[in-house]
Amino acid sequence: MNRPSASNRAVRSVLLVLFALFFMFPLYAMADFSTRNLIQGGRTLDAWKSLVADDTLYSAITISLALAAFTVVVMLAVLVPTMIWVRLRAPWAKGMVDFLCLLPLTIPALVIVVGMRGVYEWVTYFFGESTLTLTFVYVVLVLPYANRAIDAALSAIDLQTLSEAARSLGAGWTTTIVRIVVPNIWSGILSAAFISIAVVLGEYTIASLSGYQNLQVVIVQIGKSDGPTSVAASLATLLFGFVLLSLLSLLTRRRRHGVQGQGVEDSAVVAALSTPQLQGGA
Amino acid sequence: MTSPSTSIATSSASRSGLAVDLTGLTRVYGSVRALDGLTLHIEPGEMVALLGPSGCGKTTALRILAGLDEATSGSVWVGGKDLTGVSANKRDMGMVFQAYSLFPHLTVLDNVAFGLKLRGEGAGQRKARASEMLELVGLAEHRDKYASQLSGGQQQRVALARALAIRPSVLLLDEPLSALDAKVRVQLREEIRRVQMEVGTTTLFVTHDQEEALAVADRVGVMNKGRLEQLAAPADLYTHPATPFVAGFVGLNNKVPAEVSQGTALVLGSRVPVLEGSIDAGPGVAMVRPESVTVTPDAGGTDRVVNVEFLGPFSRVHLTTGDGVALVTQMSSSQARAFGAGNPVTVGVEPTGVLVVAPS
Repeated sequence: MNRPSASNRAVRSVLLVLFALFFMFPLYAMADFSTRNLIQGGRTLDAWKSLVADDTLYSAITISLALAAFTVVVMLAVLVPTMIWVRLRAPWAKGMVDFLCLLPLTIPALVIVVGMRGVYEWVTYFFGESTLTLTFVYVVLVLPYANRAIDAALSAIDLQTLSEAARSLGAGWTTTIVRIVVPNIWSGILSAAFISIAVVLGEYTIASLSGYQNLQVVIVQIGKSDGPTSVAASLATLLFGFVLLSLLSLLTRRRRHGVQGQGVEDSAVVAALSTPQLQGGA
Repeated sequence: MTSPSTSIATSSASRSGLAVDLTGLTRVYGSVRALDGLTLHIEPGEMVALLGPSGCGKTTALRILAGLDEATSGSVWVGGKDLTGVSANKRDMGMVFQAYSLFPHLTVLDNVAFGLKLRGEGAGQRKARASEMLELVGLAEHRDKYASQLSGGQQQRVALARALAIRPSVLLLDEPLSALDAKVRVQLREEIRRVQMEVGTTTLFVTHDQEEALAVADRVGVMNKGRLEQLAAPADLYTHPATPFVAGFVGLNNKVPAEVSQGTALVLGSRVPVLEGSIDAGPGVAMVRPESVTVTPDAGGTDRVVNVEFLGPFSRVHLTTGDGVALVTQMSSSQARAFGAGNPVTVGVEPTGVLVVAPS
């Protein structure tokens, strides 16, 4: 292992500072704008206070958080066993599953909304008109990201040998998955979960087109009358995503004993960090 | 084609362990018959090695015994119980895999205790048993490490301890040494044999390495194209190969033209006894072991040394006879110093039994 030379380190630091400034500047601008008192001048935290005080905004925040949580739970419950099963018992189906999981990326949100209309007549029939029914679309929407993250983690372990070893020691399928496979793809599961949260918190198009009020829809509405509050809400979402992803990085690094999958986590963090901005811009 | 050996498991039959019976096992994958009516009996406490080239069905047989693969037809019996339809996790068999199979998120101790935990043993008992097993494979001081901190050989020893911790009815070893380097392989195979003798568990050991199989097993079964060609004690297998395939697969062999009559064969000018399974009379091909070929320097000889291959403690001398038959013989390197490429020599054959097959 070579130690980086002094000039190398200097170039690195300069680049780091430049990129940090580039990314921090819009955030700084948002922070500045959201704390401005537009009428009397000076500083005020009114915009930040109304995140909680404004009933519409507050309920939108809780709904989006609940949507994120439900989406993650349903996505993991569907995807993890399926992907393990496909790898172990139906490898011929892997290409098909990957293709299906990638589809949502290629289909425009408008088409998804129109296409879902028929399905949603049944969904609302059974579950009512709640915004939380968006969970079903969002599970589909996060499939490409979640699939990638879990797939990378599964590729990093010898799934077949590990599960056969567990079974030969007396573990049934559930025990094998819960006690042996999941702990070893934990980093991938965390990545999938956090990326999904970031995607759901940043989702605007589908909610708006389907006529539901989630966080982003409300932010846009408020933006039309109260700029600072909408910017405060956007910044809060971004910061929340940032905290989640830092947590992911920290958790996975501490959990693993330098075993494997470090590259997997890092790439997932990068991918996840880039999503809220993209989605927020929609 | 199996020849019952007279010396079946004399060393380990007395110990605890269950008998294993595979009867008429056939496994068909699409158009491939991976196993073709395999019948195999393993005595309680015996260690049987299945030996054969890749694709001969030996691993399929082991996986069917483990319950990780299903036979198309045939049945699996252990200790008089029919396990054919029983799933892998209820078979109570310990298995060591070719690939490293330790659970990366558990310590060495927790890996070994995993099977005991599933069996509902208390924490204290688990720890004691796991420690005892680690002691057995000489890794007690590594109990708190993770798989990534161990060498390949150590990982396989932990895997062995883990497989034995559950007091399995049968121990299954699926090429456990293939991923290791040469020196560790030899050490570990001796260790596996020592541990197996100590514990007395009936063991099926699958390998493609004949030296490994001959060195550790009570009996070796040679497999070819999904069938068992011969099952015999290592020495019997080597000196009395039952089929041309076994003669060719186990050990190096010279193929020398021979003439059989009245139970003996004329090979390289000497009369030698023929083994069971040979042709009755007429011209054939004798399978002669390198160590049975004799070579003496002879200024007037018509045979020649082609070259001498130095292999450390011993050397292989390649020869050609006056009739153009290529031969290989083996001798200690100090003896081999007497020979050089092009030297005139006379070759002969020691009067040990040879297998003579029809010329192809």
